[in-house]
Amino acid sequence: MKVSYFPGCTLRTKAKELDFYARKCLEKLDVEPIEPDNWQCCGGVFVSAKDEIASKLSSVRALKSAKEAGMPLVTVCSACHNVIKQTNYCMQNDADFANKVNLYMAQDGGEFTPYNGETEVLHFLELLRDKVGFDKVKAAVVKPLTGRKIAAYYGCLLLRPNKVMAFDNPENPTIMEDFIRALGAEPVVYAMRNECCGGYVVTDDPESSAKKSAAVTENAMNAGADTVMTACPLCKYNLSKNGGAPVVYFTELMAEAFGLKEEQHVTEE
Amino acid sequence: MKRIGVFVCHCGTNIAGTVDVKAVAEAMKHEPGVVFSTDYQYMCSQAGQEMIKAAVKEHRLDGIVVCSCSPRMHEATFRKTAAAAGLNSYMVEIANIREQCSWVHKEMPIGTEKAIILAKAAVAKVSLNAPLTPGESPVTKRALVIGGGIAGIQTALDIADAGFPVDIVETKPTIGGKMAQLDKTFPTLDCAACILTPKMVDVAQNEKIRIFSYSEVTDVKGFVGNFDVTIKRKARYVNETLCTGCGACTEKCPMKKVPNEFNLGMDNRHAVYIPFAQAVPKVATIDPNHCLMLKSGKCGLCSKVCGAGAIDYKAKDEFLEERYGAIVVATGFNPISMEKFDEFAYAQSKDVITSLELERLMNAAGPTGGTLLRPSDHQHPHTIVFVQCVGSRCEACAEKGKEYCSKICCMYTAKHAMLIRDKYPDTDVYVFYIDVRTPGKNFDEFYRRAVEEYGVHYIKGMVGKVTPENGVLKVQGSDLIDNRQLHIDADLVVLAAAIEPDKSARPLATMLTASMDTNDFFTEAHPKLRPVESPTAGVFLSGTCQGPKDIPETVSQAGAAASKVIGLLCKDKLLGNPCVAHSDEMMCNGCSTCEKVCPYGAITYEDKEFRMPDRTTKVRRVAKVNEAVCQGCGACTVACMSGAMDLKGFMNKQIMAEVDAICK
Repeated sequence: MKVSYFPGCTLRTKAKELDFYARKCLEKLDVEPIEPDNWQCCGGVFVSAKDEIASKLSSVRALKSAKEAGMPLVTVCSACHNVIKQTNYCMQNDADFANKVNLYMAQDGGEFTPYNGETEVLHFLELLRDKVGFDKVKAAVVKPLTGRKIAAYYGCLLLRPNKVMAFDNPENPTIMEDFIRALGAEPVVYAMRNECCGGYVVTDDPESSAKKSAAVTENAMNAGADTVMTACPLCKYNLSKNGGAPVVYFTELMAEAFGLKEEQHVTEE
Repeated sequence: MKRIGVFVCHCGTNIAGTVDVKAVAEAMKHEPGVVFSTDYQYMCSQAGQEMIKAAVKEHRLDGIVVCSCSPRMHEATFRKTAAAAGLNSYMVEIANIREQCSWVHKEMPIGTEKAIILAKAAVAKVSLNAPLTPGESPVTKRALVIGGGIAGIQTALDIADAGFPVDIVETKPTIGGKMAQLDKTFPTLDCAACILTPKMVDVAQNEKIRIFSYSEVTDVKGFVGNFDVTIKRKARYVNETLCTGCGACTEKCPMKKVPNEFNLGMDNRHAVYIPFAQAVPKVATIDPNHCLMLKSGKCGLCSKVCGAGAIDYKAKDEFLEERYGAIVVATGFNPISMEKFDEFAYAQSKDVITSLELERLMNAAGPTGGTLLRPSDHQHPHTIVFVQCVGSRCEACAEKGKEYCSKICCMYTAKHAMLIRDKYPDTDVYVFYIDVRTPGKNFDEFYRRAVEEYGVHYIKGMVGKVTPENGVLKVQGSDLIDNRQLHIDADLVVLAAAIEPDKSARPLATMLTASMDTNDFFTEAHPKLRPVESPTAGVFLSGTCQGPKDIPETVSQAGAAASKVIGLLCKDKLLGNPCVAHSDEMMCNGCSTCEKVCPYGAITYEDKEFRMPDRTTKVRRVAKVNEAVCQGCGACTVACMSGAMDLKGFMNKQIMAEVDAICK
């Protein structure tokens, strides 16, 4: 299976291991990730202002390139996924918005075909659940994480707004727990798994974001977790900074279970 | 050529504000056939009607056009006026220049132009009107009440009191409905059973009332005065006339672990059961899904202990056919499912309950004998959080909740909070609310008492999340007045679940051809002036099937529905609607298209002999309309490909004349 693969900027800088292990695991699962040519930043934050077009263009370009390649667009970073999925939703459901975007893109020159939200956007976890199948993930495990108690941390961006993201039940999600089970570990269900980590508030009011993320890790540890798992670089940053629990990316855990974890560490820049 | 009179109404400023009524009256004078045209301030008033009568005499009118409000409002009025002036009442046409003209336009020239066009169309139509005479049909002097809750009970008692026989069809084994499950009732705090069960007994003892419990309506045919209804009497495997309700069978039944619906699954009952002590009829019912004898043929204990020999394992569903003059819908409500409200952890924790479950936990006949205990560990809860509007006023979450206000929750939550504080003063009670809505006699005083005398903590704001953790429920909510987040460790969380119409209402509405709104509440004929009648003649509405309401309101509406039924049953004959379809036999080719589209089953076919031009006879299959059943919807006239079907009062040529007049 070939998929269009959108790494995003953070995966090239702060979160290299998220990307590195994602690719390693895909290889084992016979999925070939193909990066869109000249992809740009997703926009970073989804601006809900209807007239804000420019910041969403780069997402649309990635979506359009996946459409032209005839493949679903797979994201790994929660933030990229949120922005791209919401932008795609606008392209499908807001004719006025889609028209403006297409008029912008027509200025790019060359032969132009309009884009109207045709591409299927999948988060890496959705790819594993819906296209690859968790049984196939389970079958690829060579070193099951038996005995490990892993707390899945969803954060907000994957789940909400639920109508658009349609990722899982926003109040009582199960996809990450099912994934953890497939790797042979025991999922720890705790209350704060779908609460906010503090997000970008950290740049403005670090104290209040510290409170939020400390509450998450504390709740996970109290529930008996030894590791907190996340898909989001910003969540990882906030949680690691403000809590005692080790926080790892889901791709890293998967690589470990697949026997692909390398001793040499991917260094953070 | 007809002699037509046109009467243009001002309706105060309702019409005259945006339509130049004098110009309309003047313009009509030049229409073909119009011999008289005038305007008046209130045409529907006594003076206005006298004016019409006088004009009919003076100008020898044989057709009348009234330019006024919707025909739904005053068509009947002006038909009576015409009849009083010696005309056939169907020689009147209404041009609706209010709802469809003056109310929707803002500028006088546009309004006036449109009013003139509408009046011209009405004149064109009335020129082709023919006198019509309504047929008569007899009235079956018996009423059917569907649903045996407090609404159905009250309606049935009131109808029976006037001397007419009534049948109640109730799907459960006993009548009583939701009210039988309640503990106390607001605002007087009298016990629900104490005021309901005497009424249930009255129903049982009333010679005019028959109760078909454990039964369902499966088919309705016919029309007002003569509904033919099929009632399915589900097999209860116990002979109702023999059973004495002694309860010996239930004591001996070995299947003891069947979730008890009456206590909302919070305890168990036997496979053979009597729902509660005061059930009416007080007879046992065998639950075929759990009875060993019915499932595997091994047991038969109840049959052995039954002294009356009432147990009958071979019983089958029976179907009754009955004829009724009127039908009252009283199908009631249910709380919506809380399964999708994961933010309140209803599915995750036993200690998150609905308000109806709390009623059972506080009821002396409930699973805990009336002592308030947490379902999980049977301990006394010390901190209780009530969450109001769960699924009500929930526009954003339409996939799991309802847009409307469920109306009763503010009052019953105040009642619960007050009763708990009264009985267990060591308990802390919090109520989260969006608004407190307590209109009603002595209602706001009741709520104030909960706050001021009983010290219930009312917090304006919603609960965002409930998390079960180490035996407590962590409640996270916001206090909008203090502008802060609250974290409360609760022992019990009570959700005021929105209420929705019973699931049986939708298929029943289809059978009755009664209309419903998007929430599956039955629609009333007029929201203010005809609140207990359905737009379908002979079908009346009682209780929460029409919209959320509390017990006092339900009982008043039940009485109102009964009085409408009594008014109908007092009549010996009903005048039908003469605007019905008829088929031109010479043009009909017997294709069956009209029969297929008729929603009322009014069209049949017959083989008829026709004389041919060459003096032979030929047998052809032609459509025949049963005028008593036809409702005049016109579906057949549109579907008929040979143009044989026509609707009296709305003939094809009349409609075409209207269109021509408008397009001229």
